[in-house]
Amino acid sequence: MKKNGLKAWLYLLPALIFLGVFMVYPIIDVVIYSVEQGFSFTSQTAHGIGFYNFRYVLSDPYFIQALKNTFILVAVTVPVSTGLALLISLGLSSIKRLKELFQTIYFLPYVTNTLAVGLVFMILFDKTEYTDGLVNAFIKLFGGGAVDFIDGPYWAKMTVLCLYTVWIVLPFKILILTSALASVKKDYYNAARVDGTSKFRMFTHITLPMISPMLFYLIITGFIGAFKAYSDSVALFGTDLDKAGMNTIVGYVYNMLYGDSGGYPSYASAAALILFAIVLSITVINLIVRSRLAFKGGGGNA
Amino acid sequence: MRDKKDLRKKRNGTGGKVVTYILLSVWAGIVLLPFYWMIINSFKPTPEYNAETTPSFFVYAPTLENYIKAFTDVPLARYFLNTIIFTLVTTALMVIVIILAAFAFARLSFRGKNILFVAFLSLMMIPTELVIITNFVTITDLNLRNTYLGLILPSVTSVFYIYLLKENFEMVPDEVYKAAKVDGTSDIKFLFKIMVPMCRPTIVTVIILKVIECWNSYVWPRLITDRQEYYLLSNGIQEIRESGFGRENIPAMMAAVVVISVPLIVLFLIFHRKIMEGVSRGGTKG
Amino acid sequence: MNVTLQNVTKVFPPRLRKEAPVTAVKDFNIEIPDGKLVALLGPSGCGKSTILNMICGLKEPTSGKIFFGDKDVTELPPEQRGVGMVFQNYALYPHMTARKNIEFPLGNLKGDAKLTKEEVEKRVTEAARIVKIEELMERKPGNMSGGQQQRVAIARALVKLPGLLLLDEPLSNLDARLRLETREEIRRIQKNTGITTVFVTHDQEEAMSISDMIVLMKKGVFQQQGRPQAVYDDPVNLFVAKFLGTPAINVFRGKIESGNVTVGGEAIIDAKGQPDRDVFVAIRPEGFVPDEKGSMTCGFGSVDVLGRDYMVVATHEAAETPVIRAIIDSDTPVVRNGEKVRFSFKKHKVFVFDAATEERIRLD
Repeated sequence: MKKNGLKAWLYLLPALIFLGVFMVYPIIDVVIYSVEQGFSFTSQTAHGIGFYNFRYVLSDPYFIQALKNTFILVAVTVPVSTGLALLISLGLSSIKRLKELFQTIYFLPYVTNTLAVGLVFMILFDKTEYTDGLVNAFIKLFGGGAVDFIDGPYWAKMTVLCLYTVWIVLPFKILILTSALASVKKDYYNAARVDGTSKFRMFTHITLPMISPMLFYLIITGFIGAFKAYSDSVALFGTDLDKAGMNTIVGYVYNMLYGDSGGYPSYASAAALILFAIVLSITVINLIVRSRLAFKGGGGNA
Repeated sequence: MRDKKDLRKKRNGTGGKVVTYILLSVWAGIVLLPFYWMIINSFKPTPEYNAETTPSFFVYAPTLENYIKAFTDVPLARYFLNTIIFTLVTTALMVIVIILAAFAFARLSFRGKNILFVAFLSLMMIPTELVIITNFVTITDLNLRNTYLGLILPSVTSVFYIYLLKENFEMVPDEVYKAAKVDGTSDIKFLFKIMVPMCRPTIVTVIILKVIECWNSYVWPRLITDRQEYYLLSNGIQEIRESGFGRENIPAMMAAVVVISVPLIVLFLIFHRKIMEGVSRGGTKG
Repeated sequence: MNVTLQNVTKVFPPRLRKEAPVTAVKDFNIEIPDGKLVALLGPSGCGKSTILNMICGLKEPTSGKIFFGDKDVTELPPEQRGVGMVFQNYALYPHMTARKNIEFPLGNLKGDAKLTKEEVEKRVTEAARIVKIEELMERKPGNMSGGQQQRVAIARALVKLPGLLLLDEPLSNLDARLRLETREEIRRIQKNTGITTVFVTHDQEEAMSISDMIVLMKKGVFQQQGRPQAVYDDPVNLFVAKFLGTPAINVFRGKIESGNVTVGGEAIIDAKGQPDRDVFVAIRPEGFVPDEKGSMTCGFGSVDVLGRDYMVVATHEAAETPVIRAIIDSDTPVVRNGEKVRFSFKKHKVFVFDAATEERIRLD
C-alpha cells in the first residue's frame, strides 16, 4: 500500500513540477508583485507595500481606454454571437441536405490562425490612398460613403473588431448549439405536436429549456473569452494598440510587461488581478442568474 | 381536392426551407469570403493589385511570384519549422504528463488524493493572463528567452485536460484493472497497453485541441522571443505586417497568410468529423 | 368515437438512393369501435407504430383514408385531431414538474377554447385523480419511477379530454411486476373514462389480457381482428395461431389423405370432402388428451407439475419444434407406454392450415 502511495506521487511528479513552477508560484508571485510599490526590474527591489499599483493602473488613461474597449467588445459580441449562433444552429437542424457541408464551412474559422486571417479582415476593411477596399466598395454600392475602418473613427474600428471577434467565436458556439439541439429527443416535439403546440411555444417551452445548460455554458465562456480578447485586436490594428486606441485589458497587461512601455511587472500584475476580479464576478453573477432562472422554471429538483 | 391541399402543404414547407437555405448560404459566404480573398489576392501580380481602385474578385494573370517572395523575403520556412517543432514537442510532452497524472488520480490510491484533486480543480479557474507575468520573469531569469525550451515549458501541462482524461479513465471498469492485476500486469504496462488504447477518443480530442492551440499561439511566443530565428508563424505574420513586405506588398502578404493557414485547414478537411466531434466533447478555446 | 382506416398504405422513401422504398403498412382496413380498448398486436417492426402515428397525424398515409366517426381526418394535422398520445418513452418534458407537464397541452388552446385558470386547475386535478398521482404533482420526471412517469404521461394525454387515446408500447419500459399492475391500471382508466383507446404492443399476453379487441398484423399487412378469445379460438392463418397463446401452439407437418388429416402417417382427425394436399396441423397445448387408444404417438419427455395442470413435454418427428407441449388438467392420468405416450384431441383445439398458403382449412 505504502509503495503504491509513493508510486502515485511519481506518476504525478511531472504535472506537479510544471504546475508548481508555472501556475502555483506565479499566482502567489503576481499578488506579491501587485502590492510591491516601486518595484524595479533591474535592481529587483521595491520600496514598500501597498495599493499604489492598483491606483496607478486605475487612473492610467490607457487602462481606462482598454477597459472601455473590452467592455464594449463584451457587451456587443457575447449577445450577438450567441444569438446568431442559435439562429444558425436552428437553421442547420431544420435541414438535411447539405447540412454537413454547411457545418464544415461554418467551423473553418476555428482552425485558422487568428493573426493571419485578421490580416485578411484588415485588407477587406482597409481604406488606403489607392483603394477603398472591398467593404467600402459594398458600402458605396448601397449609397454610403467610404469609411476608414482601420485608421479611422473609433466606432468604425470598434465595428471591425466586433465583427472579427464574432466571426472567430461563432464556429465553436454553432458546433455546441447544433449538437445540443440534436440531443433534444424527437419524441418531445412529436408529443407537443399531438397536443397542438405552436412552433413558437415549442421553441420557448421545450427547445430553450432543454438547451439552456449549453446556452449558459456558452454565455459564461463567451464572457470569459471576450474579456480576455487581445490577439484579434493585434491582428487588425497592429501591436501598438495604445496608439490605435484599440487596446484591451490583456493587451495593457502585456504592454506593461514588455514592449515599448514595458518593464513594469507590478502594474501588469495589478491590471491582471483586476481583470481576474472582473471575470470572476461576471461568472458568479452568471451562475446566480442561472440558478434563479432554473428555480423560476419549475421548482428545482425535489 | 386532396392533391391541391397536398401541394399547398408541400409548397409552404419548401418556402420555409428555401429561406433557410438562402440565409445559411449567406452566412457560408461570409465565412468563406476571407479565405477566398486571401487566395485570390495571393495570386495577383503586385502591380495588378496596386492598380485596382475597386477590388476585383478575379485574378487575370495569376502568378506564383508572391509565394516565392513569401519564402525568400522573410524566413517563412524557418517560422514553419519552429512552429512544427513547438507544436509537436509541446503536444507530445503534454500528453505524457497528463496521462500519468490522470492515471494517478483515476486509479491509484494515495494519501491526500482528494485534497490534491480539489486543489487541481481550483487551478482551472486561473486564467493564463494572470500567471504569464511571472512566467515571463521566470523564463527570463533562467536565460531561456529565445530558446525552444522557454517556448515549450510553460504549456506542457493543462489542468483541464488532466481532468477530462481522469473522468474518462474512471469510466474504464474496475474489473479490467483487477483482471490485469491478477494477470500480473504492471501499472505502467496496464496504463499504456490497456487504458490508453481504451480511452483513445479522448486522447485524440486532447491532441487535436492542443495542436490547434499551439499552431495558433501568439502571446507567449511574442513575449519570449525577439529574435527571428525563434519566431513562430503568428509572430512571423505580425512581423511581416509591421516591418516586412506587408506594408507595400499585399499580395505577398496574402501568400504568406495562405501558406500559414493551409496546413490546419487541410488537416481539418481530412479529419473534419473527428475534429468537430473532439472539440464539442472537450472543447473550450482559450 | 369510432375510428376507421380505409385501404391505408404507408411507403417510406429509401434512406439511400440505391435501396428500394419500404412499405411499412399495406392496404390496411380496420374499424375501431367506440369506447373500446383495442390492442394493435404484432411482432416488432410490423408497422403497428406507423399505424398509430398515422391515426394521430404525425405521419400521413401514402394512400388511403382515415375517419374519426364520419369525418375524414386523413389530411388533418395532429393538433386538430383531438387525440391524446402516450409515447413509448413517455416523452415527459424533463424540466417541468408533473403538474406543468399535465398543464402543457391546455396552454396550447387558443381563442374560445382557452380555459380560465380555475378550469385548468380543475382539469389537471381531475386527470391526476384518474391516474392516481395527486401526491406526485410537484415532482419532476427524473425523480419518478417508470410506472409513475407512465401515469403522468397518461394524465397529460387525458387532460385534453381527447376523443381517442393512443398508447405506444405502454408497458415495454416497465419491469415485470409493474407491467402487470400497470396493465390493470390502463384497463381501469379506460373503463372509467370510456375513451376509445388504441394501444400498440408486441406482447400477446398483454394484448389478450386487457383488450376488448385485438388487431393482429404482420409485416404491414392486416391478419385478423376480434375479441381476444374469439381470435384465439378461431385463427385465420398459421401466423395468428402461432402468435397467440403461451405455451405456443404445437405445429406439425401433415397431410390430408383420403378424407383424413394425418400426422406421421397416423390419421388424427376427419377431413371429409377435402382434397389431398400437404398441410400444417396446429394443436393448442390444452387440446391434447392422454389416451391409450389415442391416434397420435409421441416420444415421452417429461411431466412438469404446474399446480392445477400438468405439462407433458413430448417429441414427435413431424413437429416443427424439437419438443411439443401439452397441458393436461391434473385429474386426467398420463398413461405411458414405455417411452411412448399417446394422445387424442379436443377437436376445436386443432387447426389445419394449407402448407403453401398457410391459410386455414376449415373442416366440416
